[in-house]
Amino acid sequence: MDDDQLHLRLKAYEGRPAAVAGVGRDPVNAPMIRHWCEAMGDVNPAYTGPGAIAPPTMLQAWIMGGLSGHEGRAQAYDELLALLDEAGCTAVVATDCEQEYVRPLRPGDEVAFDTVIESVSRRKTTRLGAGYFVTTRTEVRVGGALVGTHRFRILKYAPAAAREPEPGTTAKTKTTAKTKTTAVKPAAPAPAPATASAAAPAPASAPAPAKQSELRPRPVVNRDNAGFWAGVRDHRFLIQRCAACRTLRFPWLPGCNACGSAEWDTVEAGGEGTVFSYVVMHHPPFPAFSPPYAVGLIELAEGVRVISDVVDVPYDKVRIGMPVALEFRVFDDELTLPVFRAREGAA
Amino acid sequence: MNVPREGGGRVEAGDELPPLEIAVTRTLIVAGAVASRDYQDVHHDPEAARRKGSPDIFMNILTTNGLVGRYLTGCFGPAAVLRKVAIRLGTPNYPGDTMVLRGRVEEVDGDTAVVRVTGDNGVGRHVTGTVTLTLPREPGA
Repeated sequence: MDDDQLHLRLKAYEGRPAAVAGVGRDPVNAPMIRHWCEAMGDVNPAYTGPGAIAPPTMLQAWIMGGLSGHEGRAQAYDELLALLDEAGCTAVVATDCEQEYVRPLRPGDEVAFDTVIESVSRRKTTRLGAGYFVTTRTEVRVGGALVGTHRFRILKYAPAAAREPEPGTTAKTKTTAKTKTTAVKPAAPAPAPATASAAAPAPASAPAPAKQSELRPRPVVNRDNAGFWAGVRDHRFLIQRCAACRTLRFPWLPGCNACGSAEWDTVEAGGEGTVFSYVVMHHPPFPAFSPPYAVGLIELAEGVRVISDVVDVPYDKVRIGMPVALEFRVFDDELTLPVFRAREGAA
Repeated sequence: MNVPREGGGRVEAGDELPPLEIAVTRTLIVAGAVASRDYQDVHHDPEAARRKGSPDIFMNILTTNGLVGRYLTGCFGPAAVLRKVAIRLGTPNYPGDTMVLRGRVEEVDGDTAVVRVTGDNGVGRHVTGTVTLTLPREPGA
């Protein structure tokens, strides 16, 4: 079954129940509240003594199946998870939790719940491995009255690779970071933020020193694009120009797409451009990048396009057509990159 | 109307909450998982976590949620009531790390405040969230 077929089968579960008439294993009770508060280090007096309420964020704890499993889980949800297991997505991690609290829960409240499968994503590649996001929405009731809602998103994924047992071992896993940026062509040699090197999982229980993990990924420099990166070092943005038909091209390539000639020279970009398109990266996060951030596809005045950072403007203020100006930013001793600053008054 | 912040003063959009540092110990991760009745092995069994591509056990989302709740009521006092907590996880919280929770009041409407929360650990951003809460009215107001 290819990904699309699987996605269609998974998608058919949207709107179907994940749990019907589920009942909390225990009524809301003071000992579980106390254990929670001890674990969280929460000393809020509202959670103790006569008139105590349960910490609102404990909502999901009251409906957890625990070691004995979930009661009231609907067949549809088991089928959905089984389909994902069969596809190799055997591991699970939670990514989002959105809760609304209608009224506080108090010791003695007997909790009932219903859960519906809200959505199943397309296949996504993440740092942990490729998989599918499954979103459910649960309504929690006491005596028939709604007390809270709980939306929960999990990633069911195929583990990229098992880790070496020794803590601190350099990550051998090689994950590919496929993000929305990959949909933007052409693949410029310029700083596409999400690269495989940036996406390599952080090493182990001894996290890399912050400084190391905050370094931007290095560009891959080869014979075909070395001239471009030499220009960047001198704070010049060089565009290739076909010596035969004069067509400009970027990113750098050995031959001309228009006429096939292998002869070329360069012209230096004047630095003016506009945002041709952009994406905002929210997830997954990569070292050296702090989501959310905008990744721009910039059309230079010369007509070629480049993927780069749009800087000095909030990520949610970047717009198609926004005028930008080239500048060179030094990220560390060894890395200078062309970025594009939103021009005055553009935002 | 204005609402009092614990320790006096009004809560206003733009207010930064005092940061809260959380030592992410193995004990916290396991205790949080068990207190939330989450027995997924990746939250207590390092070997199982490695088999699933993780370098070690990591904090479960319910614990992060609980810590965000603790942070907010800790800042605004026991009379503040949580209405909505929406969080998204990023970089996992592994044992030995430290997470710093920060909050910024985004808007205040009557006695309702919306706070943007972030939690950063040594590797990156563990959590981003938005919390809506009702703040206690001024006595006599």
